[in-house]
Amino acid sequence: MWDILTIWSESAALSLAIWIVLAMVVLYFGRPHAHQLLRSTGRAIDHALRLAAASLRQLEKRVSARNRDVLLAQGREATEHAIEREFTRVKAVVDRELAHYPDLHRRLEDTLEKVESDYQNATHNPPLPPEWSEVASTISALPSSGDPAVTKILNEIKSAVENARKETLKTYQKNTQERHKILGGMAPHWRSLKQNMEKVQQKISGLDGRAAKIDRHMADYEAMRNQDDKAVHQLTASSLTQFFIAALVLAVSAFGGLVNFHLIALPMSEMVGGGAYFAGMPVSEIAALVIIMVEISMGIFFLEALGITSLFPMIGRMDDRLRKRMGIAALVILVLFASIEASLAYLRDLLIMDQQALTQSLAGAAIADQQFRWIPSIAQMMLGFILPFALAFVGIPLESFVQSLRTVLGLLFLGLLRAARVVLRMVGVTANHLSKMLISVYDLFVMLPLGIERMVTGAQARSAGGKQLSESADDTDTDTREHGAGSSTRSRSRRGRREEAAGGAQPEPTPTEA
Amino acid sequence: MSANHSTKRLTPAARRRRVTGLMAAVAIAFFLASCGGAPNNRAAVVLIDISGEYAHEMEKARRVTSYLLGSLEPGDSIAVAFIDNTSYTERNFIARADFDHRPSVANDQKRQVKAKLDAFLKDFDVPSYHSDLTGGILLARDYLESAEAKTRQIFLLSDLDEDLKPELDRDVPLTLGGIEVVAVNVIRRDSDNVDPKGYRKRIAGWQERVQTNGGHWQMVNQIERLERVVALR
Repeated sequence: MWDILTIWSESAALSLAIWIVLAMVVLYFGRPHAHQLLRSTGRAIDHALRLAAASLRQLEKRVSARNRDVLLAQGREATEHAIEREFTRVKAVVDRELAHYPDLHRRLEDTLEKVESDYQNATHNPPLPPEWSEVASTISALPSSGDPAVTKILNEIKSAVENARKETLKTYQKNTQERHKILGGMAPHWRSLKQNMEKVQQKISGLDGRAAKIDRHMADYEAMRNQDDKAVHQLTASSLTQFFIAALVLAVSAFGGLVNFHLIALPMSEMVGGGAYFAGMPVSEIAALVIIMVEISMGIFFLEALGITSLFPMIGRMDDRLRKRMGIAALVILVLFASIEASLAYLRDLLIMDQQALTQSLAGAAIADQQFRWIPSIAQMMLGFILPFALAFVGIPLESFVQSLRTVLGLLFLGLLRAARVVLRMVGVTANHLSKMLISVYDLFVMLPLGIERMVTGAQARSAGGKQLSESADDTDTDTREHGAGSSTRSRSRRGRREEAAGGAQPEPTPTEA
Repeated sequence: MSANHSTKRLTPAARRRRVTGLMAAVAIAFFLASCGGAPNNRAAVVLIDISGEYAHEMEKARRVTSYLLGSLEPGDSIAVAFIDNTSYTERNFIARADFDHRPSVANDQKRQVKAKLDAFLKDFDVPSYHSDLTGGILLARDYLESAEAKTRQIFLLSDLDEDLKPELDRDVPLTLGGIEVVAVNVIRRDSDNVDPKGYRKRIAGWQERVQTNGGHWQMVNQIERLERVVALR
């Protein structure tokens, strides 16, 4: 290396200067080709990456459309189920309540008839007492002639009239009391009528609420059928929320499963032995895991049979009676496993007590009295019995998780595609700009010969005596150089003009232009 | 050539059957290979020197054995033996047990081992005149080799002062490959007080002997630190 450096002179500096001058000369003469090489390389990379980005964009569009379709299909299906459910509820209300409507109607009619007859009875006015007071006052006003016979007659007439008046008044009062009694008897009928009417109003307003809900669902469904962006965004947000909630519940269930596993792993080693290993794991622990998995499976089947989840369409398509039997079978197996777990939990407690006793005896300590030891024993047994049922409900979040996972994965893939497209475009543009920067650096290195060329060209132009001629000479020179570079230079000029028109980077000037 | 022809004549269904059969064979082979699994248990031998000055340290032997019994799990093995004039005999075993895989049975076995050791220590009266350490280590090695355990340990409770009977020939290789020898409670003898180099020399000599025979040497003088060594499992 040193020999090559000092090939021109013993002085390294001089030799280096000669090398630099030589390099400048060589690079100056190879400038058009070097420029073309750099520029075409940059553009080729840019073009290739632009193509790749375009194809990624196409793929992104397809994935986006596919995601949208899947999301809308899921949304439509969910809304259909919701509408179906609402109609079922409306039908149930109608069947339950309006089936009794004839009876209610009859009761209303009976009540109304009774009220009417009571009213009629109450309107039968008893005979009003005659104008007894007037008669009595007239008789009283008769002049008493002093004749005792007349006076006596008059007094007798008066007392007879008074008696008759009293009798009539008594009868009138009695009749009035009876009417009040009849009217009082109407009150329960009015109340019953009011209650019945309120019931009818409640049913009708409940149906109104259902109808409003159905209207809302139908509006959503319509929006989904029209593929509205708003509906898609709503479904996406709903799906993401569902995903995170389901993931959270599944994580909680996983911890529950872990607790369950530790509850039965030790006693399982007492049952199946802990000496055998499968894939590096004791068979007893595998057996404990299998029990938990079977419990979860039974729980899923039970929920499927009840129609709460629909992870297995085959179960949903089964005959109702068969599905019911399957649900009962799953529940029975679940109860059996829960009982087994409760007994295993008790066995675990016994083993731990034995281990504690052994440890104490090995330590030489007296075995402590186990007071209130039954409390953790019972707690463990209850835990062993309840946890399987708690785990059985894992099917619900699992279904939500699986359903929303498709959307989340689609969004993730879309995000990756977008990121890849942006990176490709950035790399392409950077390569293009880098090529331009290298061209400038190249020109910077050969600026000395370029300056000489400029001076010579200027002198030639002056000698030609005209600026116009000088410019035409420059053009000719440029054309000649570009002819030498071939047809790609023409396309480069066109591209350069396009870039210039687009306000992009300026094409680098030829030495003469500069 | 004919074989090639016969292969070409296979129908797609037959080819599928063949591929399925091959995959099933691979799956069964994998299943059988993973069924056995490597042993994951542990075997330990406690060697108790009952000679001369060390005979007063019997309580330490009880503590070490108790600690080991507490830390060993179902499926593990333990043997307790004493070192006296001639240690390479079956009579030197105080107790031996391969623990059952059922925890309750293993606990009963541990109680039996402890009871045997307690009985031995209770009946122990006269210390031996000589100490055949090599014979004891050979005895422990033989037991550990038969145990086929993943982790094999010898807990040697001794002052490491070997004093062989003249007629014994112990110039044999120990062959302790894969065995960890833990010297516990190596006490200083009265003679070490006069010449402390003797203590170091004894320890260094045994360490070299164990390591040159392929064993791994550890020394724990304080029994409280034993947990760290045992936890290296």
